[in-house]
Amino acid sequence: MDKLATYALRLGDDSLVAGQRLSEWCGHAPALEVDLSLANVALDQIGQATHFLALAGELEAKGRDADALAFRRDVMDFTNCLLVEQPNGDFAQTIARQLLFSHYQELLFTELAASKHARLAAIAAKAVKETSYHATLASDWVTRLGDGTEESRSRMIAGLDWMWRFVDELFVIDEIDAAAIAAGAGVDKSALRPAWDMRIDAVLADATLERPAPRRPVLGGRTGRHSEHLGHLLSQMQFLQRAYPGATW
Amino acid sequence: MSDPSKEWPLWEVFVRGKGGLSHRHVGSVHAADAKMAVEHARDTYTRRLEGISLWVVPSAQITASDPGDAAALFEPAEDKVYRHPTFYSIPDHIKHI
Repeated sequence: MDKLATYALRLGDDSLVAGQRLSEWCGHAPALEVDLSLANVALDQIGQATHFLALAGELEAKGRDADALAFRRDVMDFTNCLLVEQPNGDFAQTIARQLLFSHYQELLFTELAASKHARLAAIAAKAVKETSYHATLASDWVTRLGDGTEESRSRMIAGLDWMWRFVDELFVIDEIDAAAIAAGAGVDKSALRPAWDMRIDAVLADATLERPAPRRPVLGGRTGRHSEHLGHLLSQMQFLQRAYPGATW
Repeated sequence: MSDPSKEWPLWEVFVRGKGGLSHRHVGSVHAADAKMAVEHARDTYTRRLEGISLWVVPSAQITASDPGDAAALFEPAEDKVYRHPTFYSIPDHIKHI
């Protein structure tokens, strides 16, 4: 795969795994209205993935479409960040993941919408509006849970603590990013960190929560070194295409 | 969720379909406060491009007429056809009326 194809693949894998993981709440959320909220976000993210993966397949030019990339790759071929594959845990843990990821995605897509690569720019421009809503929704819930009851507060703290070690990976750039940045197509993610920090700190202040203590960052998602959780997610998501390769309906 | 006293209060949802139209009642959502009610209304009732504006109103704040008073309230209007503006002739070139 050329570097720009890999760049698009990473964007697609982030959205796909985030959406698939969030969709596990469908039918299980604390209230019917919350069930719909989470399913809406999950569908938005899977929609983003469809566009990014289709682009990755076209750039690769080996005949793989978005479905082939989503359903017929094994776990070590996935390039998503580790944050999005983390288990849902309780509602607060899920909301913690959504907060950290959606603010990152909103900042990223805002910049990517100005990409010189027309397709990337168009996908990002469409995605940034929905992602902005995801960030608002997650921020509201963090505030409610953090500044809520003793129990909701302790769960929110535990959820943020679980997810925190996967934050640094979001902003790491490597030769794939460097090539995309040099071509005017990609975004320098490392430069997004101060704005992200400001946003997260503002939400935490509203929620009367402390920023979690610094943790040793866990990296590896971009090069296929994943936590054990991703394999289980894929086995469910890819079951049909694994059992009946090429099945359509 | 089985204890009703622990459920979030109910909010009535009104959606404006497009500019110039009135907000129409479309249903209700449960939510802890007004801000959450707007988010829940957005996610429940405007997923398919149904609207450009939302109102939410606490259901408890709505005062309804008593069905038992329906005869006194509404039936007297039945035989007062002269209250309908149907006796005016409208010129052909007047549209949208």
